[in-house]
Amino acid sequence: MLLTSYEFIGFLALVIIINYLCPKKARKYFLLAASVLFYATAGLWGLLYIGAITVLVYISSRLIGKNQEAYAVWAKENKAVLPKEQRKAYREKQAGKRLLFLTVAVILCLGVMVIGRIPGLIAPMGLSFYTLQALGYLIDVNRENIKPERNFFKLSLFIGFFPQLVQGPISRYEELAPSLFEGRDFDIKNISLGVWRIMWGFFKKLVIADRLFSGVQTITSDTSKYRGAYILVLMILFSLELYADFSGGIDIVIGTAKALGIDVQENFIRPYFSKSLKEYWRRWHITMCNWFRNYLFYSVSTAKWLQKFSKFCRKRMGEAFGKRLPLYVATFIVWGATGLWHGFTWNYFVWGLSNWFILMLSEELEPVYEKIRGHIPFADKLPYRLFQMGRTFLLVCCMNLFDCYSSVGDTLGMFGSIFTEGNFGILFDGSLAGIGYSLSDAVIIAAGLLIMLCVSLLQRKGSVRERILRLAPPARYALFTCLLVAVLLFGIYGVGYDSTQFIYNRF
Amino acid sequence: MAQMDKLMEILTDLHPEIDFETQDGLMDKAILDSMDIVHLVTEIGDEFDVTISAKDLLPENFNSAQAIFEMIERLEEE
Amino acid sequence: MEKKKKIKNRVIFIISVILITAFLLLLQRLLVPKYVDGIVEGAFIEEYYREDKDFNVVFLGDCEVYENFSTVKLWDDYGINSYIRGSAEQYIWQSYYLLEDTLYYEKPDVVVFNIQSLQFSESQNEAYNRMSIEGMRWSPAKVGSILASMKEGEHFIEYVFPILRYHTRWSELTGDDFKYMFRKKPVTFNGYYMRVDVKPAENIPNPRPLGDYSFGDNAWKYLDKIVEKCDREGVELLLIKAPSLYPYWYPEWDEQVVKYAEEHGLRYINFLDHTDEIGIDYSKDTYDAGLHMNLSGAEKCSAYIGRILRDEFGVESRRGEEKLEKAWDAERAAYNAEIERQTEVYGLK
Repeated sequence: MLLTSYEFIGFLALVIIINYLCPKKARKYFLLAASVLFYATAGLWGLLYIGAITVLVYISSRLIGKNQEAYAVWAKENKAVLPKEQRKAYREKQAGKRLLFLTVAVILCLGVMVIGRIPGLIAPMGLSFYTLQALGYLIDVNRENIKPERNFFKLSLFIGFFPQLVQGPISRYEELAPSLFEGRDFDIKNISLGVWRIMWGFFKKLVIADRLFSGVQTITSDTSKYRGAYILVLMILFSLELYADFSGGIDIVIGTAKALGIDVQENFIRPYFSKSLKEYWRRWHITMCNWFRNYLFYSVSTAKWLQKFSKFCRKRMGEAFGKRLPLYVATFIVWGATGLWHGFTWNYFVWGLSNWFILMLSEELEPVYEKIRGHIPFADKLPYRLFQMGRTFLLVCCMNLFDCYSSVGDTLGMFGSIFTEGNFGILFDGSLAGIGYSLSDAVIIAAGLLIMLCVSLLQRKGSVRERILRLAPPARYALFTCLLVAVLLFGIYGVGYDSTQFIYNRF
Repeated sequence: MAQMDKLMEILTDLHPEIDFETQDGLMDKAILDSMDIVHLVTEIGDEFDVTISAKDLLPENFNSAQAIFEMIERLEEE
Repeated sequence: MEKKKKIKNRVIFIISVILITAFLLLLQRLLVPKYVDGIVEGAFIEEYYREDKDFNVVFLGDCEVYENFSTVKLWDDYGINSYIRGSAEQYIWQSYYLLEDTLYYEKPDVVVFNIQSLQFSESQNEAYNRMSIEGMRWSPAKVGSILASMKEGEHFIEYVFPILRYHTRWSELTGDDFKYMFRKKPVTFNGYYMRVDVKPAENIPNPRPLGDYSFGDNAWKYLDKIVEKCDREGVELLLIKAPSLYPYWYPEWDEQVVKYAEEHGLRYINFLDHTDEIGIDYSKDTYDAGLHMNLSGAEKCSAYIGRILRDEFGVESRRGEEKLEKAWDAERAAYNAEIERQTEVYGLK
């Protein structure tokens, strides 16, 4: 079930109505049943994967939790009795035991995820999203940040909450669980906020992203005809499409949850307004980045072997470099993993590593930048900030090329052709009319992007929807009708169009 | 209070431009990024003979100099 | 005070919902194709509902009925009050549901069904589905027809709200879309679509041999349903194959129909076997080289089938019924005017 299908809209309407008709306490069970049904429509065998992960995580989290409880009792009893050394030894032994449970579960879950994503097979929907979410929960339990959930059905709902199953976001238990299990009462405001958000998602996805798609497809499908300046056009079009598509999908997810009275974490904060790549990764696909930071980067960088390595390096290679090297190792691992999570191909791996390289390079060059900025009198003024944003956007566009072609060779070759082909004339002589957009397409895309830009600018001063809801009712309804009609008329859907799957669905 | 001074020195070395005496929300507002946090873990580990592990890397432990200090004291206890 | 405000907001909400719905319905009317010029085939099905609906003979089928029989001629020669419920590439399940639909309103003496559509066991083309179904009024028959016709990628809801199907037409709107938003001009004469121009049939392509000549199960199933339905309702059924040279009607196909008709005690006329008797001259009586009859050919076919309907099926003349005479006079006037107009357009004078 695609998030933009009629089926989903109908399903959603039913779920919302029944949810509020259910008694408060039964709502979570109803949502679980709805989620199972939702997932089953994508293929029954997909249930096998999510079921396996849920059972694995449930059992191991309970084992870890039991051990923690037993240790706490032991520690209390023996605090005054045993000497510190002995207590420390026992504590470490128990921590080791829990780490073993955790490691086994993580390996098994990753195994399930890898099996599900063997290239050539059809990956079960959302597998890599819910696996990460489940593992994050398990690691949080092991870190004693949260208590393990005793109710298997509640844990299942957390892992399989249906809107998130298609393309995330990857929620943290402590953030999602309260509103997910509470079964909030009907509130017309939540419905309004949710429906607006969903419509806005439809607009971004159907009107902007799916319309941009044809040009992207034309250029990427012919590597001998479309080179040079076309690639420049491609990376910008693709980056806009990717954002409209992915964030539009997330809007639908968050709006859906909101209408059910559930708060799902934001995944994008106007990422293309970032002034550096580092900032970009705090604003793009936020929940994934948080996951890799919290659970992988922190785990690796504070691991004992790395801390030891760090000490060793500092002794042998000098304080400044020795301090940095372990960090680079840790970030290398994280970005390599991030790349591979997107897809088990060299292309994504190299994509991850180029992110790593640029991030580390700019970290190293920061003092130089600082100096340069000192010599620019308008360094904190708008024009310079705009320059920074433009630069960061282009950088991101370049790296997104890895997503356009299937091999590293093609990607780099195409990127190189921008500088060697020398065909920048095509940008002005009308050749671009041949990449698959009609005049009306171009007008709609331009208008859609402009609207998206305006909304982004408005967003900086707080939620646009909240402000809309404060308008007088007639104005509000008129505005909503405009959005609805725009989606209805200018959206790409229905017979004659193969609805492009959400670009992020694959991951 | 010598301990606190040592911590302040580490912090100011890392970010001379921040006034750690008053600043809060260090981690929540991403004033300290993940790289800074890991730097701190190494430095504090060296200076204080405590092991900060991944589970301690929470905003409530890193949002202010005071919070960091309290975390160190707690870890020394263990 | 608070309560007053609440009521006021509720009233505004309800009014807004009504206004928005009305607006969307208007938008839908505007975007749906009008089929008044160029491709007119989409307008046929709908025109039936304007009639008084007490016909003696109703034709069902594809272009081989709506272009090959002149209802005006049938009235003039035999006093037979008939209507053709034909549409482009009407699939057999669509014919069945049109029969059901017709029987809601009236009970004709004879239903004439053209069996060319037996060759298709599933819908071939979404556009033809649309043209055969959209004109129907909502009824269980329409729902059945949609469900039986939908191809992969089609959605039921797109038939309920055709705006979802035609939303991209905003860039192709013409003056006609506004002009005919509420009332369309008729394009047929009791379902007969007239053409007066001539294109002789020559160089008919050789038939391509088929691997399998047997009709599909689904097609047979709906023929059975048509037979049963007529039986139950006491309506006589006449099966025909119109005299089109192309698309080719294979003898192997014909045998199956002959056998079926025998088994079920039905009358089946293959017009292709009687072209001399009817007097069809393929150099004059077709407007598209043998696919369809023009006016001259259609009138000959009507004369022929009219005699059979009168003599074998006992369809009585209703000449003299004042109301009918009046209606047919008007129809004939329009018919003659159209002949006049087309003769001019095609430069036949």
